[in-house]
Amino acid sequence: MDARRGSLPVPRVRQVGFFTPNAQPAPTRSQSGPPDSSSPPLSDSPASNSLSPVMIPPPRHHSDNLAAAPRPTSPLPVPEPSPFRRRGADNNNALLVGSYNPAETLLAMSPSSSHVGDGESEETMSGGWFRRSNSGKLASSLPSGTFDFSPVQSTAEALKPNKVQNPVGISEVSARPAPKEQQPEAPSSSKQPKPKLTKAERRALQESQRAAKAAAKAPGGGKSVAAPEEVATIKSVKQHQTQKKDAPQVAVSVAASERKGGDKSQEKERRKDAPAPRMQFDDKSRVEKAKRRSVVDQTEAKKRVELFRHLPQYEHGTQLADLESKFLQLDPMHPAIYKVGLQYLAGDISGGNARCIAMLQAFQQVVKDYSTPPEKTLPRDLTAKISSYVSFFTQCRPLSMSMGNAIRFLKNRIAKLSPSLSESESKSSICTDIDRFINEKIVLADRVIVQHASSKVKDGDVLLVYGSSCVVEMVLLHSHELGKQFRVIVVDSRPKLEGKALLRRLVAKGVHCTYTHINAVSYVMHEVTKVFLGASSVLSNGTVYSRVGTACVAMVAHAFRVPVIICCEAYKFHERVQLDSICSNELGDPDAIGKVPGRMDVNYLNDVSNSGNLQLLNLMYDATPADYVSMIVTDYGMIPPTSVPVIVREYRRDHLLI
Amino acid sequence: MPDVQALVNEFLNKLKKRKIEGSQATAKQTAELLRSVISQQRVPRTNQAGALIDAVRAIGEQLIVANPIELAVGNIVRRVLHIIREEDLSLTTAAVAELNLSTVSDDDDDGGGGDQDDRPVLSAAAVAAAARNTLRPPSLQMLLEGAPDFVAVPRSSSSGGDSEGKSKSMDRNSRTRKLKHDIIEAVNELIQDITTCHELIAEQAVEHIHQNEVILTLGSSKTVLEFLCAAKEKKRSFRVFVAEGAPRYQGHLLAKELVARGLQTTLITDSAVFAMISRVNMVIVGSHAVMANGGVIAPVGMNMVALAAQKHAVPFVVLAGSHKLCPLYPHNPEVLLNELRSPSELLDFGEFSDCLDFGSGDGSPLLHVVNPTFDYVPPKAVSLFITDTGGHNPSYMYRLIADYYSADDLVVQRRHAAGN
Repeated sequence: MDARRGSLPVPRVRQVGFFTPNAQPAPTRSQSGPPDSSSPPLSDSPASNSLSPVMIPPPRHHSDNLAAAPRPTSPLPVPEPSPFRRRGADNNNALLVGSYNPAETLLAMSPSSSHVGDGESEETMSGGWFRRSNSGKLASSLPSGTFDFSPVQSTAEALKPNKVQNPVGISEVSARPAPKEQQPEAPSSSKQPKPKLTKAERRALQESQRAAKAAAKAPGGGKSVAAPEEVATIKSVKQHQTQKKDAPQVAVSVAASERKGGDKSQEKERRKDAPAPRMQFDDKSRVEKAKRRSVVDQTEAKKRVELFRHLPQYEHGTQLADLESKFLQLDPMHPAIYKVGLQYLAGDISGGNARCIAMLQAFQQVVKDYSTPPEKTLPRDLTAKISSYVSFFTQCRPLSMSMGNAIRFLKNRIAKLSPSLSESESKSSICTDIDRFINEKIVLADRVIVQHASSKVKDGDVLLVYGSSCVVEMVLLHSHELGKQFRVIVVDSRPKLEGKALLRRLVAKGVHCTYTHINAVSYVMHEVTKVFLGASSVLSNGTVYSRVGTACVAMVAHAFRVPVIICCEAYKFHERVQLDSICSNELGDPDAIGKVPGRMDVNYLNDVSNSGNLQLLNLMYDATPADYVSMIVTDYGMIPPTSVPVIVREYRRDHLLI
Repeated sequence: MPDVQALVNEFLNKLKKRKIEGSQATAKQTAELLRSVISQQRVPRTNQAGALIDAVRAIGEQLIVANPIELAVGNIVRRVLHIIREEDLSLTTAAVAELNLSTVSDDDDDGGGGDQDDRPVLSAAAVAAAARNTLRPPSLQMLLEGAPDFVAVPRSSSSGGDSEGKSKSMDRNSRTRKLKHDIIEAVNELIQDITTCHELIAEQAVEHIHQNEVILTLGSSKTVLEFLCAAKEKKRSFRVFVAEGAPRYQGHLLAKELVARGLQTTLITDSAVFAMISRVNMVIVGSHAVMANGGVIAPVGMNMVALAAQKHAVPFVVLAGSHKLCPLYPHNPEVLLNELRSPSELLDFGEFSDCLDFGSGDGSPLLHVVNPTFDYVPPKAVSLFITDTGGHNPSYMYRLIADYYSADDLVVQRRHAAGN
């Protein structure tokens, strides 16, 4: 019970920060940090709370470094902090003891907090967040010094404007010494009715959740549920987390949340769903950490392009042989996953939809062959498994945003599985969910897009397409089948020359085509009446993230006043924003730039390719500004790029629930 | 003159077969050819300048027709014509000055007769001066006392005319030789200019490239190479992004040269230009030709780069030797001043040969392949021209060009058309 209290103050910080203007000038870390700080107890499923496990936040904060620095050596009292955790489990006192460790100074404290992080088997972002928030709490609790704080005193403290983190301190201080019954009063001391409400609500939620959990455990049976208290202690925080997402399901049983919690929890959910920062590859310690975990042995590129140090730059072609040799040792890896990963690596599967479908089908296979190990529950263990698979995929090739969305959907479905379902029921439910996602979000969506887009093709049109997008191809073929008379200009670019394959398929169907390369796009743009482009993702500021060169084509079309129509399924929409193509991108094989296949006369770079001054940059994507986009055709209709955030926001629930 | 004709024919063949790469080489060879034409041309006693002009014009016409896209040929022909006119003019004015001196000195002795003889020469000078006035900016003095000059022109020209050849036959002989000599001298200077324009342009590099700059360029240009290397030699350290310039991949060549000279070079695909331009400080490119309106005929893909630079407010700098300055105004330059190259650079003939065939189906093939050579960059996209005479705005180009060409030569084919 107390343990739950330990988790309580954490969400409150966010509320205080958000609701009360006078307690405000909170630094951003206090706002961004604490919401996730309830995660460390989930340690064994690191990604369960981070929506996309792929992303590891860069260290922004001094305390993070502070905590991370001693880690490799771990010079500081090793036994001390970990007992805290254990004791926490025993005494139901987990976090409080830790955070009120008499080791008063921040420095003395931070190692211990880092050890809490160490306790996590695979610590990713959750560890980072936890440490950060923890030290924040400490800082705030330092001035109070003693344990016994009357609520009045702490309130006085809280009202001082410079005590940024005070509300945390208050709640902790007040929560700990106070008997259980006084708990509801604690928030009243801070004179904010809203936190009180939500706190009560949260308590109610937790109670109900615990009940549900216990109920689930009794039939589910794999575990010895000797002390429900203990189980709750370990899991309460996680429950708490998933519950926030679970609002619609649990709300039925929770009266308190019905009243005010609805919109608020949505809001919170939305905030929590904000994309986590990506892994930045110029951060050495993170890269090292990631490397230790990685399955794929990648050699870093010797010549990295300065501007793109934050992106993974590996030698291409080296991993494949290594992975193949490892095949038999990769015990935990499901063969389906392995196969798809290899296909990504070799480039056999490319294109957003194809990659996404391959991944989902592999996951489906995994789920089918899955059996819950003893002592574990299906949602948690499966989520952890999928997270590890996802990180394997990421090592094979960075995930596209659409894949991130699909993974998020899958995890959400797994987390939302009703605990009363049996294992086989859960598995089949997940499998049908995956099938439905593929069908509705990709196959049907494409069909709708084709309907919409081909209505825009008129007789006598000259359509320009770039690269090879499967939706655009479907649009062209469908329009052709409808008997419309039009011409297609296929614009292509090195090094992939994907347009050639598209050209072949179009010509085979009898479509009149003109083929050219991207440099000549200004030459052909005079006669073009419409430009159809595909997209890897559409970001919520309207930026279209797509195959490199799309921006060039769109820009030239814009300059020639030719409408640019983007065809993109709504599941590829993402709430991330991006202004340029540098901050996040994918780098392809640099050697593909220097070599021109089929042109024996172009071999200027053969003898200088290992010179230190020469770098070859093979960007895979670029970001097209929204100004250049006239219209986005999506499964929700034809929208201007400004409406993307609306779709992302309004249909989010729809995405996740289907 | 069979040897000249052989030379001309050989050059024509080269032009027609597009054997000569680059406007500088073309310009140089054209100038050399015209020099030998001039030196071999037998000039009549009278109106030698006219005869030379006719000869150069006739050959120039053929050269231009042989490769109308290579504007440098026409430029050089026009410049040689201009040189002939200028030399003739300077000789005439010198003669007039001499005459004036002599007439002033023996004005008392000669009386009316001297006056008679004097006029036509004077009038020729006046006509020449008037012709120059159309191109040269009028000085304040000319503006103020311009009226008598212009009045003098019609009167004298009407009065004189056929009496030209009579006087000073002794002088003529030396003048003929002097004219030809001067012209060949001037053409040599022109050739010298063409060969050294790189250096003159490169000298300005340090004024434009600062430390840690990131420069983008597309394709390969010797001028750009020299320009960048000149800055490098001045101990400026900067990075260069080279767009490869498909389908000719001249960018690879440039990257190789730059690396060999120790510059930090990154080779990118053409499609990544928009992605990278936001981190670029300056775009420095070469050109194929610069039109009188400030528009640029450049390797294909340049318009895309210029638009991207414009969008990101990155200075777009064009390097052009003076032989690339063309006195014509472009009309529909994307099509008329362009050339489609072989589709084999884009597609293997084997791959799509059935679709490319005109014989199948209804006569028109299913598949076309477009492979243009040049792009037109409109003047508004260009921030600066750097020529061997310094930096200029696009809007100033017409004026700069007027210095190099005479207004009479802008249309080389005119006489031919009239003759037909």
